[in-house]
Amino acid sequence: MPELSMVQALNAALRHCLAAHDRTLVFGQDVGRLGGVFRVTDGLQHEFGERRVFDTPLAESGIVGVAVGLAMAGWRPVPEIQFDGFSFPALDQMLTNLAKYRGRSRGAYDMPVTLRLPSYGGIGGPEHHSESPESIYAHTAGLKVVTPSCAQEAFNLLVAAIRDPDPVIFMEPKSRYWAKEEVALEPAGLPIGRACVVRAGSDATLVAWGPMVHRCLQVASAAEEDGVSLGVLDLRCLVPLDEATLLTSVAETGRAVVVHEAPRTAGFAAEVSARLMEGAFGSLKAPVQRVTGWDVPYPSGAVEQQYIPSVDRILLAVQRVLDY
Amino acid sequence: MDADRLRETYRLMLLARRYDEEAVRLQRQGELVAFPPMSGQEAAQVASVLALSPADMVFPSYRELGVAVGRGVDMTGYMLAFRGAWNGGLYDCRRNRFAPMASSVGSHLLHAVGWAMGARLDGRDEVAIVYFGEGATSEGDASEAFNFAGVFRAPVVFFCQNNGWAISVPAERQSAGEIWRRGEAFGFPGVRVDGGDAEAVFAATSAAAERARRGEGPTLIEALTHRFGPHSTADDDTRYRERAEVETARRNDPLGRLRARLAASGVPDSWFSDAEDEARLAVSELRASLAAAENPPAVEMFDFVYAAPPPALALQRSQLEELLGPDA
Repeated sequence: MPELSMVQALNAALRHCLAAHDRTLVFGQDVGRLGGVFRVTDGLQHEFGERRVFDTPLAESGIVGVAVGLAMAGWRPVPEIQFDGFSFPALDQMLTNLAKYRGRSRGAYDMPVTLRLPSYGGIGGPEHHSESPESIYAHTAGLKVVTPSCAQEAFNLLVAAIRDPDPVIFMEPKSRYWAKEEVALEPAGLPIGRACVVRAGSDATLVAWGPMVHRCLQVASAAEEDGVSLGVLDLRCLVPLDEATLLTSVAETGRAVVVHEAPRTAGFAAEVSARLMEGAFGSLKAPVQRVTGWDVPYPSGAVEQQYIPSVDRILLAVQRVLDY
Repeated sequence: MDADRLRETYRLMLLARRYDEEAVRLQRQGELVAFPPMSGQEAAQVASVLALSPADMVFPSYRELGVAVGRGVDMTGYMLAFRGAWNGGLYDCRRNRFAPMASSVGSHLLHAVGWAMGARLDGRDEVAIVYFGEGATSEGDASEAFNFAGVFRAPVVFFCQNNGWAISVPAERQSAGEIWRRGEAFGFPGVRVDGGDAEAVFAATSAAAERARRGEGPTLIEALTHRFGPHSTADDDTRYRERAEVETARRNDPLGRLRARLAASGVPDSWFSDAEDEARLAVSELRASLAAAENPPAVEMFDFVYAAPPPALALQRSQLEELLGPDA
């Protein structure tokens, strides 16, 4: 198996889908000759031509709006919005149309649109380049929200998202873009909507997605040195949420810490926590803890490591659930 | 337009007018929740859509009754949207190539452009036409749609019905410039046409559609029209509009203008009274079919959210079904 970065694995997934299905289209800002600002679309225009891989004007609402129309015409659009914060100019098309068109047309039109969104912080980016808007999209019925944590998952989930008949907001963790691992480039064939236990543990369960999965694995390694066994659950998909795996994993340990980069208030950890209350209350030995970004606008790059949940902050939360 | 097509245009404009008047009555009687009347805009709507081919795709806003009539859309399914039965309408949008009606002003221009880009990618000589008002041109999505259409030479006709009012805000508060001129800024032609003149509308739309079909890209048509009524049945236009303006518009009724044109060309009175009888019959059939039509059951709110409902959604559906009992 080749050792690939997440960027290369995503590129391989796009190449696979463009080759396998000739209705697949890749478009957005700088995705053509440049190959994307992160090079995720590197070489695709050269290989598949300007008809199927093309640059667009700098207009995010336009990118998503034409994706809706292209889907109506029977195409399978995979648009890229260059950075998380720039999905906000497209928010109306995403929430008002992309999410609702199947319903508005009473099922006459599929919306097999996979909107790729380089997301989250950790790369010292300027303002608007480090947002974590997953709860906005998870709160919008009609959208699916998928977010890989590593290169292999990125390949599998992007192929699955593009094959899916519904609109998928595909949030790629920029801070993990360059982490390499061996990647099997055979589509796993799994539907989206399955969580993954990435590390088994018996004392408490860390629940995370996207970039915070790696952070939680660091926490679990550190805790192991102190004789504490932490499991790590990678949700992978926030919508649909694999509630069965979530409840089972947490019931096994009776203690849960949910971790995300997004601000705390109304973040997706609140939803996870509520599901655990509703579905695993009898198994809980301690109140569910959240470790999240602070309730502030994403700060300037120089201080972002004081914003993003650190190993120490997560360990403190683990201590709270263990001591309860 | 030849004589047959002119008569057909009149017949459909009259039908649209009578349906429109009936819809207002149905709202007053509590059969519809709200309705945005389009009386006064029949020539713009009917003549433009008749200039297209059946394979072309229509993207309507919510005030496009005349376009729907011209397109042969099932009127019961169309009107049920205004009874709150289903957002977007209950007609067959694929069969009539008439998209679900867009209520988010201006956002559907981009869908038309995307559809047209898709048709061009397929090498099909099909055209999209999108209907919107002058108010919609103030939305950012309208400019983005013009821009994408120009850059990609999308085969799309932008059909703006400038009726002078966006609810209570007059056109001069929407734009300090003339809307039709915006085409040039985006690299394609714009044209202003008398929206009360069915023949002029037909000619302009035909030219725009043929241009698109030849691969030469979009056209922006600004049709100057008047709405005789309020913005919707929930609006009181006497608060913002002089009655004299409405009276002038009614004196220039596009229906009356086309009737005079036809009569001058020798169409007898009996033909007009036959058309009126036909419209009266259609309206009474609509009234009866609406009264007989059931709204989709409440649990269908779950059924078209995703291609297949995720487990959590299926559970919610069963919860509502249980609450509603046999009425679900």
